Amino acid sequence: MSLLFKNVKELVRDIDEFINTVEQGVLVFKEGVINYLNDEKTSFNEKLERINYLEANADKLQRKIDDEFLLHSILPQNISDIENMLDKIDEIIDISKDNLYQFEVEIPYFPDSLIQDYIRLTNTSVEAALHAFPAVRTFFREPLKVKDILTKVFFYEKEADRISRNIKRKLFHEMDELQLSQKIHLRYFALHIETISDKAETLADMLSIMALKINL
Amino acid sequence: MIILFYLSSGLFLGWSLGANDAANIFGTAVGSRMVRFKRAAVIASIFVIIGAVVQGAGASETLGKLGSVSTLAAAFTVALSAALSVYWMTRMKLPVSTSQAIVGAIIGWNFYTDNPTDIGTLTKIVTTWISGPILGGVFAVLLFMLVKKIQKSISIHLLYRDAIIRFGLLLVGGFGAYSLGANNIANVMGVFTKTVDLPVIDFGFIKFNGTEQLFFIGGVAIAIGVITYSKRVMETVGNTLMPLTPEAAIVVVLAQSLVLFIFSSQTLSNAVQSIGLPPIPLVPVSSSQVVIGAIIGIGLYKGGKEIKFNILGSISLGWIATPIVAGLVSFFMLFFVNNVFKKDVGESENSPMQKIVMKMDSIADSALEDDTITLVGEDPEFSVKNNKLPDMSFDENDSSGLPMIVFGSLSLFLLLVSIYLTIKLRRIKQNQDSELKKLENKYLFKLKELEESLNEQKAKQTDLDKELKYRQNEMVTMAMNIIRKNEFLSNLKREILDIKSTVKDSESRQAFNRLSLMISQNLSIDRDREKFQMHLNERNSKFLRLLSEKYPSITDNEKRLAVLLRLNLSSKEIASILNISPKSVEMNRYRLRKKLKVPPKVSLSDFIREL
Repeated sequence: MSLLFKNVKELVRDIDEFINTVEQGVLVFKEGVINYLNDEKTSFNEKLERINYLEANADKLQRKIDDEFLLHSILPQNISDIENMLDKIDEIIDISKDNLYQFEVEIPYFPDSLIQDYIRLTNTSVEAALHAFPAVRTFFREPLKVKDILTKVFFYEKEADRISRNIKRKLFHEMDELQLSQKIHLRYFALHIETISDKAETLADMLSIMALKINL
Repeated sequence: MIILFYLSSGLFLGWSLGANDAANIFGTAVGSRMVRFKRAAVIASIFVIIGAVVQGAGASETLGKLGSVSTLAAAFTVALSAALSVYWMTRMKLPVSTSQAIVGAIIGWNFYTDNPTDIGTLTKIVTTWISGPILGGVFAVLLFMLVKKIQKSISIHLLYRDAIIRFGLLLVGGFGAYSLGANNIANVMGVFTKTVDLPVIDFGFIKFNGTEQLFFIGGVAIAIGVITYSKRVMETVGNTLMPLTPEAAIVVVLAQSLVLFIFSSQTLSNAVQSIGLPPIPLVPVSSSQVVIGAIIGIGLYKGGKEIKFNILGSISLGWIATPIVAGLVSFFMLFFVNNVFKKDVGESENSPMQKIVMKMDSIADSALEDDTITLVGEDPEFSVKNNKLPDMSFDENDSSGLPMIVFGSLSLFLLLVSIYLTIKLRRIKQNQDSELKKLENKYLFKLKELEESLNEQKAKQTDLDKELKYRQNEMVTMAMNIIRKNEFLSNLKREILDIKSTVKDSESRQAFNRLSLMISQNLSIDRDREKFQMHLNERNSKFLRLLSEKYPSITDNEKRLAVLLRLNLSSKEIASILNISPKSVEMNRYRLRKKLKVPPKVSLSDFIREL
């Protein structure tokens, strides 16, 4: 029996590790943005290095998982969906890394009055992604329960949209002391942070369809 | 060596059984790529042989009771008749099974040799044919309910579930192959058991008697059929009846295996008898028909919407048509083997056919003795001089041969009709051939003219190809422009909505609303993308078909990517068209590379273009 499950055990471990890596990447992104907003440069640079490593590791794991699925013809009827799902998960860490680098490259200026809003936006957007990962784990174990978990992802995504809109409104309505270029720059950063929850929503949509398909 | 020649018809029957019936056991597993064909073939081959040798005797004995084919030539002819009937009926796309063909062929032998057909045994066999699929359906429903209950009560990781199902398919497949060997070896070798007497082989710890050796040889023939031909059958007809999930496939194969096992296990029959119940008839049943019964059972359990009930009609037709066809073929072939090749087929001297032949012989003898009939070559008038034919009448009191005479006359009539039809068809074909030749000459001149114009057309075609390529590139550029335009419009719309939320003046707000609506009307990202996709699929239909044929495991997404790579688009462009990130495109390219088995030094785009 142990021989029968030998490959499977390793693959399950790899998938869990892949999800954990992406999850860590998103958490590092959150901490990185907060570090930047609080002007903690050393910590921010550490987070950049960390997310870089995690993203590379996630890529390596994804390829390994892909190879295993193909080599042992595992779940042949659902392989295409699972590969797409792994892509969507990987996209979340890619976007997190790219966005964190945007902070390092473009060095945006955040007025004090907006820092708390941006922290809230980051927390909410990241929260959406963090709720998508348990759904992925549940998909592999109890596909019927996936839909219940996904409700939170959709809720946080909407919430992130709302906060982002408020920030933009505040920027263009109330902050006359800022130049238009600064306003537009800050608006783009709200968009960058919001993308994490958008990607989580795409993954959630996909998961809910896959859960239905696998239960048919 | 001569024995091997006589056995060849049975071996052929075994080969065809292996080639066709292995799909009932491993068809879904191999078709859905849950189990590799090599592994399935090895397991099926080993267990078929074990099943045949260990448990094949019971069903074979029942066939022996139906008709004890007594000579080697007769056994050869009976098996060959069954094999030819199966082959012919398969070609005619009629429902057929080896189990029913061999029974029909044995009854044909009974008729020819005037051996009585045991009605009790025949009834037992026919009842089993009907009860087999019904029992298969009952087992399938019970097992399906059990599997569903287990699935609901246990939550298990999808990958572990996949591994368990895979293991289950192999395990159940092994049992299925064992049962198939045990039950259906009687079809292959049953008729030879009385006529081929092989010496006992003693290995010290185990002995093999003649029947077991015969069953081993038959098992090997089935195994060869599995290895050499069943892959094609599994891939083409494995899922035709109804696409099954791997769990349902386990249920169906297990139900079928149980039915085949029950109808071949002497031990089980004895056990049933020991508790006072009637013994289980040990009869070869058609595995395909039991599988159909099992699938219909599951279909009924699910509500019965997906069931094609006309399939029941085709099974019933198989029950009637196969034995009749095999019986007729067997009867005629025995006649030829007996009278043309002068081989003893076990006929008794009292058999009506024998009487007819003897009468015919006596006519010839008396004619030669009296010298009353002049041969045609010697006397053109060909006259019967004393106008008296020898007595051909049968004893009026001897009524036992009457049905035989009627049957024989009918068969002779059918034979004559078929010979007449064959000759007529050949003549028609000859006429057609000569007509064809005339036409051929006529068109040969035209062909030359056409060849010349073809060359001209080819030159034009090359120009058009160039034009097409240019248009194709233009199409891609256009599609990408549309997508970019739409992306720009959606950004613009978002900006407008943002600005609108900051404006309080109602007139300006209305103006923004109008503007936003105008953009929405022009925005149709997905529609454009879909249209573009459809267009691409139409243009590359041949290429897509080739991909599916050459690489059956390729997914729709990968096909889409291959088409875009064929257009020589970059990853970034593909990402924009498919609305995914460039990194995902890279990942998809990596997967496609592996599936197409592209050598490391060859570019994926080049490989696809050269396909």
